[in-house]
Amino acid sequence: MHPAYSVLLFTTLTGAGYGLMILLCLFGAAGLVPADPLLGLIGFGLSFAMVTAGLMASTFHLGHPERAWRAVTQWRSSWLSREGVMALITYAPAGLFAMGWIFLGDTGGVWAMLGVAAAIGALVTVYCTGMIYQSLKTIRQWHNTWVTPIYMLLALATGALWFNALILAFGEGRSGFTWLSMAMLAAALTAKLGYWRGIDTAKAPRNPGHATGLGRLGKVRQWETAHTQANYVQREMGFWIARKHARKLRLYAVLAGFVLPLSLCLIETTLTGGVGAAVLAFLAAILAMAGMLIERWLFFAEAQHVVSLYYGAETA
Amino acid sequence: MTSLPDKPSGKKLGLVIDLDTCVGCHACAVSCKEWNTTGYIAPLTDRNPYGAEADGVWLNRVHSYEVRPGTEGSGGMTVNFPRSCLHCEEPACVTVCPTGASYKRAEDGIVLVNPDTCIGCKLCSWACPYGAREYDEDHGVMKKCTLCVDRIYNENLAPEDRKPACVRACPTGARHFGDLGDPESAVSALVRERGGYDLMPGLGYRPVNKYLPPRERRTGTDSGPEALEPLDPANPVAGDGVFRWLDRVLSR
Repeated sequence: MHPAYSVLLFTTLTGAGYGLMILLCLFGAAGLVPADPLLGLIGFGLSFAMVTAGLMASTFHLGHPERAWRAVTQWRSSWLSREGVMALITYAPAGLFAMGWIFLGDTGGVWAMLGVAAAIGALVTVYCTGMIYQSLKTIRQWHNTWVTPIYMLLALATGALWFNALILAFGEGRSGFTWLSMAMLAAALTAKLGYWRGIDTAKAPRNPGHATGLGRLGKVRQWETAHTQANYVQREMGFWIARKHARKLRLYAVLAGFVLPLSLCLIETTLTGGVGAAVLAFLAAILAMAGMLIERWLFFAEAQHVVSLYYGAETA
Repeated sequence: MTSLPDKPSGKKLGLVIDLDTCVGCHACAVSCKEWNTTGYIAPLTDRNPYGAEADGVWLNRVHSYEVRPGTEGSGGMTVNFPRSCLHCEEPACVTVCPTGASYKRAEDGIVLVNPDTCIGCKLCSWACPYGAREYDEDHGVMKKCTLCVDRIYNENLAPEDRKPACVRACPTGARHFGDLGDPESAVSALVRERGGYDLMPGLGYRPVNKYLPPRERRTGTDSGPEALEPLDPANPVAGDGVFRWLDRVLSR
């Protein structure tokens, strides 16, 4: 599958934004972080900025962005529509909770209920994002039970890194949040490694014999292409990378997205707060975002669409 | 509304494509392009049509495949394979559409895209296993086979022309159009007689269009004169003594 930059930005930014939103809302509502107005302003500001930038990016690849409002109408059948609806709905409780925090310094009582509602909305939105991909039976690397949990774990892990960095920057000192980030990262990494192992060892279920239905007559191979120039179907669905590059890129994704942020977090736990710890935490968050971009690029580039079987692919 | 029709009429208009008689002439594809570039979903844009990198939207593409049987001695064959929308009964391209632009008609099962409400998100093309949808870069909307909905009900056309353009154009009669929901229809009879099949039935999209497999080829010694039989390695040159002597001399 062709990795469009707009979709890479959309999924990585909204993921981190919603992850941060979930943690701010839950820990804020539980009173485990102080309702400091400036922390609320910067935390929710960053979260809303990432979510909104991601959602805007997702409209860049549309042929008709001005018609994007129509995408909220088909929530009965379409995961993409559900994702749009949930994203819009979530703004309301999240915005109200943020206002209570910032202007009233209050995150308890009714505000806390709004916070919990916003956290649930954000988690469901990320779930819908994962299901857009997981629901496609045409791509075995996506139609896979790992896909949606990984989207949710990666959102929580990147969100937790930003959350931890903000808490440290506000001089809250050492807290359990670094360990929380590390636990999320480790869980996401375990799931991602399981996913890669799964798609590598799965038997490619189909070949051109299946696609054409001619397999019972013998081995089917493309004899002549249907047209002289590559068409939309080949450009959009035919893109996938050689295994050699996949291995290298997986290594970079694991290093930047997981191993280095984990190491920085570990170093940071030995410091007693202060500027150094905050800088390390921000560095971990930024590195993880870069790692997420590689991971997401691979998610598309390694995906083989069954239609490629009509165009000379031997398995898909 | 991208949910599938609650009460489909039972009418399932579609095509039956005969892989035995298709000669791969591309007349169906050209005729499709010609009709549809002026029809309901017009135009079917071409980009740089006369340049080195011509690129355009086609709703029907004709592939060719080589089929090599596993058993030795029997010949292989080439199969021409036209590919277009199969107007599935469970079309995921419809249900994934976030706007309702992609829909399946209850009255005859035709799958269409409304070009006025399509946002060009391309998700439907990801959901289609058969590559039936092609994106129109110029107009920012998805295009697909309409089963010539603007021909088949068109009373301005002569009755014999109220068929999809591809069916009308086929010089060998390899394309058949009809109601596959009616077991008494000519197309349903053809599917029964010739063992018509679905493409990738395991995916569960339940295509309406059916493909008729190539008929069995004659094999073995029936297929050609004895002169074309492989040479005996112990006696590579058959024929008279002079050639056999010459072969022996030259083989030293």
